[in-house]
Amino acid sequence: MVVGGLAALILTSPGWSKEGGVRETFFSWSAFKDAFPDVLSHFWLDVKVFMLAEIAVLALGLLVALTRTSRTPALFPLRILATVFVDVFRGIPTILLVYLIGFGVPALYLTSTPPSAVLLGGVALTLSYGAYVAEVYRAGIRSVHRGQRDAALAMGLTEGQAMRFVILPQAVRRVAAPLLNDFVALQKDVALISILGPQEAFRAAQIIQGESFNYTPLLAAALLFLLVTIPLARLVDRLGGKGEVR
Amino acid sequence: MSTHNTHNVIELTGVTKSFGDREVLRGIDLWVREHQAVALIGASGSGKSTLMRCVDLLEDIDDGDIFLDGDVITDPSVDTVAVRRRLGLVFQAYNLFPHLTVIQNVVLGAVRAQGMKRDEAEVRGRELLERFGLAGREGDRPDELSGGQQQRVAIVRAIAGRPRALLLDEVTSALDPELVGEVLAAVRDLKGEGVTMLLATHEMTFAREVADTVAFLHDGRIVEFGSPEEVLAAPKRPETQRFLRRLLEGGRL
Repeated sequence: MVVGGLAALILTSPGWSKEGGVRETFFSWSAFKDAFPDVLSHFWLDVKVFMLAEIAVLALGLLVALTRTSRTPALFPLRILATVFVDVFRGIPTILLVYLIGFGVPALYLTSTPPSAVLLGGVALTLSYGAYVAEVYRAGIRSVHRGQRDAALAMGLTEGQAMRFVILPQAVRRVAAPLLNDFVALQKDVALISILGPQEAFRAAQIIQGESFNYTPLLAAALLFLLVTIPLARLVDRLGGKGEVR
Repeated sequence: MSTHNTHNVIELTGVTKSFGDREVLRGIDLWVREHQAVALIGASGSGKSTLMRCVDLLEDIDDGDIFLDGDVITDPSVDTVAVRRRLGLVFQAYNLFPHLTVIQNVVLGAVRAQGMKRDEAEVRGRELLERFGLAGREGDRPDELSGGQQQRVAIVRAIAGRPRALLLDEVTSALDPELVGEVLAAVRDLKGEGVTMLLATHEMTFAREVADTVAFLHDGRIVEFGSPEEVLAAPKRPETQRFLRRLLEGGRL
């Protein structure tokens, strides 16, 4: 009903069908057809960055979460470091982090040729989402009953083995849905690397729009993002449902 | 490493343990001889579970010593993991691993902690499961089993690594009354086989039947210690008498 209402509102709005109105500038079939292949080819960059960043995020998040939940007294400095990491990178807006790393790191002249903007953007996204995902993992680890750790240690497993074979498998299962939720968010935020220059789908669509004065290419980009995020969202739903049954 | 009386598999001398201001154990002297079963009785909150956890080094003690086969195990230099590999502990709440099947629960410790080959561990695991009436349940998840079955799996898991002694922490307290018998039968079976055990229990009839020695824990101290006949039938201390009278009135004796 809400969707129908919105559609009706848009379709009956004064700006919809007049000369140069929304129907023409946002929903032009010919403009869509022309722009789509180009936007799609650039969307592959989004997908690639997303996949690589996601793997890095899962690894980094796990490492930080394991450090924060460790009990070994000797790891105290590392625990502080992990806490600071989460506070800092979760606290800075992702877009700002992309800017700071994307423009700040090349300015350091650490390498003879500056690292690629795509790489730097990916690193910024990884740091930001790594901090979020670390907290998701940590919540999962903490939700596993203390008796599970006791039982694992009682059978002679080391702390590391107890984590690996007993606690972590249960923790990850419990947080699978929120983790996937962060996947969806990351997939969208990959568009932020465009502010550093790389032509991904959003940027490509913007360029065509700038040349043609028609906004339809942006809609094509939006559609491509939806094609990836909606299946992910359904997967979240399915996992969420399972979590309740078990 | 100091050595102590080697006839005792487990021995505690002057063990104290506090949680914050609360003194839970106030100087425990206790020993379990080879092939013997010592039943630890006492009201809820008297420190039975804490004592068990201290012996398995899941809690640090504040003072005193605990010995396993004559070797002190509560010294900071002792490898706690190695000590736990020589003991088996069964919990009141079973604490089976819900993401693993029955057989996986049983072999995890044998393979990862005891270093047994997986095939070997599985053969032994299956034998033990069959012996305790769990044949055919190897592939089930713990939540598909009754409480009594789960606790029997937990017992199998604890003995799979052939421990020197078995610690049983109120293993029937979480069970429906009709399921208590099957778990007690399993413990009786192990006792008959000569397994050394320290068991905390509320089942006085069972303690009388299976234990060689009964220790009454009251307010963090062992106030009475002796054969089941001495402690349960003719208690000398007023605290023991009161405790047993209350059980009798509650219909639990």
